[in-house]
Amino acid sequence: MAAIKLKELSKKPDLLTGGHRMCAGCGAPIVVRQVLMAIDEPVIISNATGCLEVATTIYPYTAWKLPWIHSAFENAAATISGVEAMYQSLKRQGKIPADQKIKFLAFGGDGGTYDIGLQALSGALERGHDFMYVCYDNGAYMNTGIQRSSATPFGADTTTSPAGKVLQGKTQKRKDLTRIALAHGVPFVAQASPHNWKDLITKVQKAMSIEGPKFMNIIAPCNRGWRTQTNDAIALSKLAVDTCFWPLYEVVNGVATVTYNPKKNRRPIVEWLKPQGRFKHLFKPENEWMLAKFQELVDENWRSVVGMHNASHPGETIDPEEGKSW
Amino acid sequence: MKKVAMTGNVAVANAMRQINPDVCAAYPITPSTEIMQQFSTFVANGQVDTELVTVESEHSAMSACIGAAAAGGRVMNATSANGLALMWEMLYIAAGNRLPIVLSCVNRALSAPINIHCDHSDSMGARDSGWVQIYAENAQEAYDNTIQAVRIGEHPDIHLPVMSCMDGFIISHSIENLDLLDDQQVRDFVGPYNGTAYPLLDVANPVTYGALHLQDYYIESRRQLHEAHKRAKNVVIEVGREYGKLSGRSYGLFETYKMDDAEIGLIALNSAAGTAKVVVDEFRAKGIKAGLLKPRLFRPFPYLEIADALKGLKALCVLDRADSFGAAGGPLFIEVRSALYDLQKRPVTINKIFGLGGRDLGLDDLRKVFEELTTIVDKGPKSLYEYITVRE
Repeated sequence: MAAIKLKELSKKPDLLTGGHRMCAGCGAPIVVRQVLMAIDEPVIISNATGCLEVATTIYPYTAWKLPWIHSAFENAAATISGVEAMYQSLKRQGKIPADQKIKFLAFGGDGGTYDIGLQALSGALERGHDFMYVCYDNGAYMNTGIQRSSATPFGADTTTSPAGKVLQGKTQKRKDLTRIALAHGVPFVAQASPHNWKDLITKVQKAMSIEGPKFMNIIAPCNRGWRTQTNDAIALSKLAVDTCFWPLYEVVNGVATVTYNPKKNRRPIVEWLKPQGRFKHLFKPENEWMLAKFQELVDENWRSVVGMHNASHPGETIDPEEGKSW
Repeated sequence: MKKVAMTGNVAVANAMRQINPDVCAAYPITPSTEIMQQFSTFVANGQVDTELVTVESEHSAMSACIGAAAAGGRVMNATSANGLALMWEMLYIAAGNRLPIVLSCVNRALSAPINIHCDHSDSMGARDSGWVQIYAENAQEAYDNTIQAVRIGEHPDIHLPVMSCMDGFIISHSIENLDLLDDQQVRDFVGPYNGTAYPLLDVANPVTYGALHLQDYYIESRRQLHEAHKRAKNVVIEVGREYGKLSGRSYGLFETYKMDDAEIGLIALNSAAGTAKVVVDEFRAKGIKAGLLKPRLFRPFPYLEIADALKGLKALCVLDRADSFGAAGGPLFIEVRSALYDLQKRPVTINKIFGLGGRDLGLDDLRKVFEELTTIVDKGPKSLYEYITVRE
């Protein structure tokens, strides 16, 4: 794998073109562009219903300069399975050239992946298609107007888990989809964040060098749903990582590696929660316990991810308490 | 051509082997399971070039078929009942994207109560999805229709998915003597695949499938599907005629049995037509001018031709193996009755809903229907539609 140079990346064509009609400040197109930048071969995309699909393909326009298919919400993985199966079949039959290399990607939001698309994702991972599924996780059904999903963080105020007089936002914790994908025994699973483009692109390049099913979960801030500013997607993704809410790690052929340890940059979770309007109610005095619980959930998850890393790298262990200076 | 004894399912699986599709997606459901099970053996033994995708649900089966067809190759699949119901969303999307997938629908009752036996509630519910639907009386027709379905769907005039239906268990699991074409004859008849105008795998010419069509374009897209269905009728006739030259068995829009001078008639889909023919013969032997019309093509519904074929009747009963709850009769009845509306002189027309969940339709049941038809010309019908083969 060649070293990643920003200058070289900037020369690559935009396969998701400008004027794609996603909201100003949306994290999803940044994620998509970084993923596509990392791939040299031709790419075919299957896109689940959601913001990314709806905004980018308003007929008679399309923002995609590559072959792209959307069929429904819950089936991006099943749809790309069919595309990949046809590629394998035609290649085996000599109907397309043997040296024609194509990479197959599926993109879905957290609603289309953690929830309604989980079965199709699981099936495609288990069958072993040569593809990568990328979930851009913005933590709710943003396209339909900010409804809670199983990726929505604990306590978040959404239109179906509103903070009211009795209930204070989402009562449940998040589902750990990355670990569910990992449980399929696939050769590559990773979490990434668009603020750390070098890490994200390295992971995609590594994934593309591996044959078989791959899964990446990438945080994608949504200023509409998170009730934040349009210019803070990158700052908030960085904070998500530095608070250990969104650990950057990969598991390649069973070897788990934390690819970024915040160390002295580590921040308490309140610093990520505070700028987001969806967590405003957590800062009421009577909800102090929720902030404490949120921090506990984050710490528990970080310890667990670090535990996987330490088991894989007994010589280079990480102390999960490191950097916790508050 | 060789005479062989096989079940309807095995006949369809063999048609698929001879067609040699590029991709199949398989998910088991009674009574269609045996088709993909048999076909899996053909894959395992290298008798076909097919990439078999053993999906985790029927929804994913149709989704994978859509992806595969859009990628640019021939795609087939089979299902029944709740499996078809789970595909529902994707049936519309396959048609809307004009992907000529061939689906073998082995007709079975929908739940609840759960039941594994034949009726037409599954495919009848899918009648507005944009798929071409063809029905088969027996295993021979199911085999012949499967092969023709490929040519019909991929025809450049239409590019539509095709559902080829046969009765669950009654046909799918009964052994019948039938003629199989030679493998080469089938391969020559279906020809190379040319059914996807803009394949995704043509990476040099990228296309977008499944774009959002709002108020400014959606209706035009649906109109194109509407127009394709108008053209489908002639495609079905043309393919049926060509298949006749090859096999000696010609197919059209429907089959008429002793209808030329008939005064009372029945309309029945699929295997019930076989039972009806026996009863028509009995009534003919008694000097009563009885006849039968067996629709083959249900979507598009050839309403002008069917009305023309029925215009000489005095009384008619439409047999429906599905209910359209709360409607003025079963789905076939509604279509036929509407088709008759423009005739100068219409037969008295009644509807019997029968055989739901595999309840047997006996000769006696149809004798009673014909006897009723002989009386209602003068007296008028006692009820427009009702259930038969049912405990009262």
